[in-house]
Amino acid sequence: MTKHPEPVSGTLLSISDVERVFGGERKLFGGQTPAVHAVQSVSLDVRKGETLGVVGESGCGKSTLARLIVGLDRPTGGTIHFDGTDLSELAKADRRALARKVQYVFQDPVASLNPRKTIRTILEAPLKHLTELKSQGREQRLEELLEAVNLAPEFLERYPHEFSGGQAQRIGIARALAAGPELIVLDEPVSALDVSVQAQVLNLLDDLKDRFGLTYVFISHDLSVVESVSDRVAVMYFGRLAELGPARDVFAKPLHPYTDLLMRSAPAPGRHELLAEDASAELPDPYNPPLGCAFAARCAYKTDKCLAGKPSPSEATGGQADHFAACYHPLASA
Amino acid sequence: MTDATMTAPVKAKKKPAGRPSTLALLFNNTLATVGLVILALICLTALAAPLLPLPDPDVTAPANRLMPVFSDGHLLGTDHLGRDLLSRLIWGTRVSLAVGLSATVIAAFFGSLLGLVAGYAGGRVDTLIMRGIDMVMAFPYILLALAIVAVLGPGLLNALYAIALVNIPFFARNIRGITLGLSRREFVDAARLAGKSPPQILFIEILPNVLPVIVITMSTTVGWMVLETAGLSFLGLGAQPPQADLGSMLGEGRKILFTAPHVSIIPGLMIFALVMSINLLGDGIRDILDPRLRAGSLTRPVARTKVIRDPKDIPPPSLEPGVLDVRDMRTEFQIGGSVYKAVGGVDLHLKKGECIGIIGESGSGKSVTAMSVMGLVPTPPGRIVGGAAYLNGEDLFGASDKRVRDLRGGSVAYVFQDPLSTLHPLFTVGDQLIEAIQAHQPLSGSEAKEKAIELLSLVRIPNAPERLSAYPHELSGGMRQRVCIAMALANDANVLIADEPTTALDVTVQSQILTLMNGLRRERDAAILFITHDFGVVSALCDRVAVMYAGRIVETGVTAEVLANPQHPYTAKLIDCVPVLGQPERRTDAIEGRPPVVNNLPDGCAFADRCPRVQTACRVGLIELEMANETRGVSCLFPMNKELRDDQAS
Amino acid sequence: MGAYIAKRLLAAIPVLFGLTIIVFLIMAMIPGDPATAILGSYATPENVAKLNKDLGLDKTLFEQYVIWIGNLFKGDLGRSYTLNRPVLDEVLERFTATLILAGTALLLCSILGLLAGVVSAVRQYGLADKAITLLVLVGISRPSFWLGLLLILIFAVNLRLFPASGMYAIYGGGDLKDLLHHLALPAFTLSVVATGVIARLTRTAMLEVLRQDYIRTARAKGLSERKVIYKHAFKSALVSIVPVIGIQAGFVIGGAVYIETVFQWPGIGSMLVKAISTRDLLLVQGGVLVVASAYVLFNLAADVVQTMLDPRLR
Repeated sequence: MTKHPEPVSGTLLSISDVERVFGGERKLFGGQTPAVHAVQSVSLDVRKGETLGVVGESGCGKSTLARLIVGLDRPTGGTIHFDGTDLSELAKADRRALARKVQYVFQDPVASLNPRKTIRTILEAPLKHLTELKSQGREQRLEELLEAVNLAPEFLERYPHEFSGGQAQRIGIARALAAGPELIVLDEPVSALDVSVQAQVLNLLDDLKDRFGLTYVFISHDLSVVESVSDRVAVMYFGRLAELGPARDVFAKPLHPYTDLLMRSAPAPGRHELLAEDASAELPDPYNPPLGCAFAARCAYKTDKCLAGKPSPSEATGGQADHFAACYHPLASA
Repeated sequence: MTDATMTAPVKAKKKPAGRPSTLALLFNNTLATVGLVILALICLTALAAPLLPLPDPDVTAPANRLMPVFSDGHLLGTDHLGRDLLSRLIWGTRVSLAVGLSATVIAAFFGSLLGLVAGYAGGRVDTLIMRGIDMVMAFPYILLALAIVAVLGPGLLNALYAIALVNIPFFARNIRGITLGLSRREFVDAARLAGKSPPQILFIEILPNVLPVIVITMSTTVGWMVLETAGLSFLGLGAQPPQADLGSMLGEGRKILFTAPHVSIIPGLMIFALVMSINLLGDGIRDILDPRLRAGSLTRPVARTKVIRDPKDIPPPSLEPGVLDVRDMRTEFQIGGSVYKAVGGVDLHLKKGECIGIIGESGSGKSVTAMSVMGLVPTPPGRIVGGAAYLNGEDLFGASDKRVRDLRGGSVAYVFQDPLSTLHPLFTVGDQLIEAIQAHQPLSGSEAKEKAIELLSLVRIPNAPERLSAYPHELSGGMRQRVCIAMALANDANVLIADEPTTALDVTVQSQILTLMNGLRRERDAAILFITHDFGVVSALCDRVAVMYAGRIVETGVTAEVLANPQHPYTAKLIDCVPVLGQPERRTDAIEGRPPVVNNLPDGCAFADRCPRVQTACRVGLIELEMANETRGVSCLFPMNKELRDDQAS
Repeated sequence: MGAYIAKRLLAAIPVLFGLTIIVFLIMAMIPGDPATAILGSYATPENVAKLNKDLGLDKTLFEQYVIWIGNLFKGDLGRSYTLNRPVLDEVLERFTATLILAGTALLLCSILGLLAGVVSAVRQYGLADKAITLLVLVGISRPSFWLGLLLILIFAVNLRLFPASGMYAIYGGGDLKDLLHHLALPAFTLSVVATGVIARLTRTAMLEVLRQDYIRTARAKGLSERKVIYKHAFKSALVSIVPVIGIQAGFVIGGAVYIETVFQWPGIGSMLVKAISTRDLLLVQGGVLVVASAYVLFNLAADVVQTMLDPRLR
């Protein structure tokens, strides 16, 4: 397995060869429970101040990756470094130290708020546990936070069920901001929202990033949303990186046939013809993964080489220096 | 960031000042109130026992034995030892109540604690605790209590321990289930990220959410516990003579059942009154605290949406030919005291082989429109209050139930959003397909099977004959949706109504399904009514599009025209606020504010509050959908691209 | 399916094993000296020591358990000192009687409960629903033994329709008709509470299922309402009711303790009550063990039925 190229300076988060296996525990009477590799040999860096988009379809491992980054889950292999410190070590030693630096915004905004707590209690929790602020300081910080996400101060005394999805997501964002993190992982932050509200939240996120100098990892299944917010994009398929590169290059000149398929399948206003595969084109069985490239079964360019072994994440390179794809037969060169 | 600060008053929508307190809700429930009153009376009497002028319950007077009810000085008579029954009854109730309540509290405390810890900790702790619980539950309930009493020896206190102990698993299981569900919720992850420690999360975040369940479980088990203690005493294993509790009184009375039945009937009646009142109250408490039962959400929907429309006011079908012709359809939901006008007068005209997209955000009424056509809106709370839907000239809202049933799945077929929940999980794909075929065609089993295989091949499912015996959960999302489409095509429908059929699917699967539907419609010349929230999907499939907002169509036209020249400001904004693939530089333009709630629609245009072009005239009267030509129309007083519109009109 | 049943049976073995440990420990924990209990308080210390040795009570708990379980496999559960006959013989005889009573009651409550629940759900808020709801509430709010007493008073003493007690008539009985005649009152009494519980749960389960998306699909297909309710909805509801019936079996068997006492049914429940009050511990031990094992197996059967209904559980 070749390593990802040397980290570029200004790297905030460095993920190297990370793996997360579910199952595979020893059973009582010998044997093992079936194991699934949710994330496998993923290496990538997140640079300070950028938005890294992670895109892929359901089951590709993007949400697992997100949970690994914020420490809600531990990798079963590989390491994640944040600013030079090993994240799993940090999570073990001091959960709170990690939570001060890396925060998370959830997909379902309403479910991420405890239905029996007021917004004040919810927002105060990170201030109490993660900062040194005294009650006066906290009060001031609460006001700042609400102002930052465009919510009226009256909201503080209300309960989550009184909010719409968009408002709830603003509260979720405010909570993530509370302790002043450097990195925020956004896991499908607008998928549960209506399109008109989605744009509000995307614009808010954009604004906050500039204002607080944040770094985002933005996870989504929606290519157009990822394209519009990301500096760089990672495309995931079946637990692995398929392609990684600057957003513009990845979307304009995709190297991996999967990226190309995704883009040509996505409906867009004014587009009449969508690329559609055969019905037999399905994800491989996670309990019985293929030996070679996981996409080979669906790929028009596959050769025996693809079936025999997995391409390394940087098998193919694009026009730009930091554009890679795990493919033996990348499109640009074909 | 152009978004204006959102202010709280928007929220003044639903409830009148403050929500009714739990107690007020309880008093609304007559049965629960009756239970509460009886229980309060019994409790007060029992508490006041030492103060009441009662004879000593344990003093025997053999001369006065077995006096009948209403005897002098003994209102309820005496038992076989001449003791006053009324006095024993009241003192006995005191004992039974105390034991029942204490047993409940003990069981609830330890059971809930075990359940909370097992559910939250998971892994080995969970396995260990739950295996232990399973072991205890492997004994029939009363048998275990008997065994415990056998160990500890008969006695009231021992009976209490036994009853409490055997009820612990019941609480533990219940609470563990709830806790497990809650622990996987996102707010628990959020609390961890906010730096809370596991005990803080368990007792501060999770416990408040579990508490109602504990209270429900307690309120529904107290009665049971009272019965159980009475049972043990009845067998002579609980209260020991001379102490009276209700059960032991019954046990003593049993021996003289034939000579003096009142000695056993009276304490039995008391137990009955006590437990009944507790159960009535318990059910009332459960109904209030259980969100599923609140607001009658467990009401059974009937087979067909209720139609209440003025027979004099049924719009005639339009003159142009078409398969489906919806005229001024209005559908409402009656929830509590308010009426939600989900669909407020919608016209749709579907020609043979044509595909119309209805696009809108959640709450715009697009799905309700689709469901109303064949009466699939649940009643209660929904009902169709006006308009008509003509299928090849036949008024669907006026048709008989039998006729509607024949048309459903026959001429008009549906494809729904989530293919996992819309297929029956307990029947094979083949069973469900064959059922759909046989509901409308007199085919034998093998013929229908033949046809089912044909249908599966039609929707391009590989290995169709084998897939017949697959259960829905064994198929992928895309395959499931193909099965749903096959089912919709089973009887050569003229009209296909598809309610967001691709929303739950991945993008590559979505394109497969859209392509399939497009091909099928051309092959079979079926008309499609396609509900979606995505202009991209509309572009890929629909000839015409209708944009819905707050229950009404605000703009309609040929898809390309609407996309290129939206006339309603809402349509224009809706197109602009979505990022488009391949145009990363495009600034998405958010729509401020939120759609109005349909139980409180403003006068005039529903979009006025969010519209950048709003004028005073917009807020007055009803604004109709003005049709410029056969296909193009907009309901706006000041449409965009007006010149273009005038051109079209001329 | 066969493999699944075999797997479940295998998994039941540790449970049954655990059961023997618990039963054994409960009896070992009993305060007081069984030898004294058997020989009476006037026994000489020598006799007590001798009996203790005969009973194996001078060995460690573990050794005692091994001996006990060894005997168990040989079908030897000891000898009841009050009845002076092998515990196993007595227990099996009594258990057959209980099985007849509890089995009938269980059948009765399953049929009546499901029926009442479905009718209640289908006619929600109608007269039938209200009547059933009230009956159920009354049914689960009074002690079953009291109902038994009332029924005896009415049907046996006053109307003389049914016998008040026993399993067979003393003179000239013994056939099936006689058994059913004796069975009617106790079986009905025993079934009432479980019927109520099952009816309630069936109603809720049906109402919940009827709101599912796949019921809407069934209607959209043009199926008749009868098919929608009795085929599509009922099957789903049954999946959640079957385990409840399994649990109710435990309550019915337990309830038999009261009913057998009231109706003097020669079952294992009345035997246990007597054995506890006379401190015939070996009899208690044997009785509890047999009943609990039967209950485990019954729940296993309920699990298997549930799995047969729901392919997702396989």
